[in-house]
Amino acid sequence: MVETVLFFIFGIAAIFGAISMVWARNPVYSALGLMLTMFSIAVFYVSNAGHFVAAVQVIVYAGAVMTLFLFVIMLIGVDKSESRKDDLRFQRPAAVGLLGLLIAGVLIAGSAAWTTGTRQPGADVNGTIENVGDMLFRRWLLPFEITALLLIVAAAGAIALAYFKPGDEEGDAA
Amino acid sequence: MMGFLEDLLGNVFWQAVIKSVAVLVIILVVALLIVWVERKIVSDMQNRVGPMRAGPFGVLQTLADGLKLLFKESVLPRKIELGAYMAAPIAAMVPAFLIFMTIPIGRPFTVGETVVTFQGADLNVALLFILAMSSMAVYSIVLAGWASGSKYPLLGGVRATAQMISYEAAMGLSLVPVIMFASAQLGGASPALGTMSMSQLVELQQGSFRGFIPGWFIFWLIPSFVIFFISAVAETNRAPFDLVEADQEIVGGYHTEYSGFRFAMFFLAEYINMFNVSAIAVVLFLGGWLGPDFGLPGWIAWAMPLFWFFLKTFILVFIFIWIRATLPRLRYDQLMTLGWKRLIPASLVWLLLFAVVTAWRRFGAPWS
Repeated sequence: MVETVLFFIFGIAAIFGAISMVWARNPVYSALGLMLTMFSIAVFYVSNAGHFVAAVQVIVYAGAVMTLFLFVIMLIGVDKSESRKDDLRFQRPAAVGLLGLLIAGVLIAGSAAWTTGTRQPGADVNGTIENVGDMLFRRWLLPFEITALLLIVAAAGAIALAYFKPGDEEGDAA
Repeated sequence: MMGFLEDLLGNVFWQAVIKSVAVLVIILVVALLIVWVERKIVSDMQNRVGPMRAGPFGVLQTLADGLKLLFKESVLPRKIELGAYMAAPIAAMVPAFLIFMTIPIGRPFTVGETVVTFQGADLNVALLFILAMSSMAVYSIVLAGWASGSKYPLLGGVRATAQMISYEAAMGLSLVPVIMFASAQLGGASPALGTMSMSQLVELQQGSFRGFIPGWFIFWLIPSFVIFFISAVAETNRAPFDLVEADQEIVGGYHTEYSGFRFAMFFLAEYINMFNVSAIAVVLFLGGWLGPDFGLPGWIAWAMPLFWFFLKTFILVFIFIWIRATLPRLRYDQLMTLGWKRLIPASLVWLLLFAVVTAWRRFGAPWS
């Protein structure tokens, strides 16, 4: 019962956030709408006992949307709103068509029977973080560490690309 | 009477309702007290008397101020963005309230069949939840700053993002050794996986070593505690890190354009956050509600954990206020240098050191 009520409240909130993210005239409200959607999805994770994923969702995406805010304030300016002139005339009808396709897809997928795996033993409701930790740091330790290394290399590469100019031998382009 | 109470607390929903209301009441009373305590301590340190008129030693002064703000006109400036302007004070209160929900303030007790905890919700991801909520708290400040449509609040809001995101990193890193240590303490237990639940972290600090030193985590994790406390001061925008609302530079920062009860909500949220971080520090490092009950009978022994929890927390709050009354405000570049070049490297080095020592103690030397 609780799950159903939560689903309806936050499902509506998620859709409202997603629509206002695209619809809002002011980019700050777009960022807020995105955050509302992310937060509602985190609530779904909680109601499916994925507490760890929910917490990480809020931490990561709340931080990400925060940077969007800063981008908006610093790049677009404080009180400019977006113009609504539509240069690509076909995109609104195309959006409606795609929405129809999506709804059809959801309906078809929802009417089909789904094969799901059996429940893992030991994955009890109040132990998600222990299970995630166990998997990450025992069973899949090496892939996890390799992924971390890859991400660090990618971050360092991004900084190098942005920071060092071509032909700058010393690399102290501050 | 007892049967009615038992039924009420046995029902999950009613228990949640009771706890939520209790948390709200406790948090508001505590905030009012802290405002008064701060004014008294600061005035004492500055050779003044502070509020004296309302109630004994002016203890009702904050209540009077709050009522005044409640009845004052809420001025709406012309250039605000109405939706965000209205939402910002609420966005300030909600994370503060939710963080307090996860903190255990006393020993669990039983009423009939049900075990009642002095805690809104015992989450198994409590620490991550707290970090998530404190990153949500930035939104209220930035929203308020942006929605006010005025220069000083905007400056305050932009300062807040940089400051709070920077210090959140140091805060999160300083908490990792706590989790590692808790896992090492749990070592022999059957899951042997460690924990992030606040109530379990408190229980792990039970007992003592050498008979008189309590088994609090702070004795193993002093560097973590220091880093956590410094970044907590920065996270709550308290002096000397109060660049977000530096009165001399940017009037009031993000709440310059707020008045009436909307301003009061920002004000309360700041004090509740101060209490929250102190309480988190107490739970993680200072043994939470643990403390001797001297074998006192009945309800006194029942209430002693509450007493110890609030005593420890208010000592930390006193340190907050003491720092505020003592240190001058940092310059902006000093703030960033401290965050990124001192605290984060320090917490990383401490984390590595602690990891090596923990692994050594648990699994033996690498060559053995």
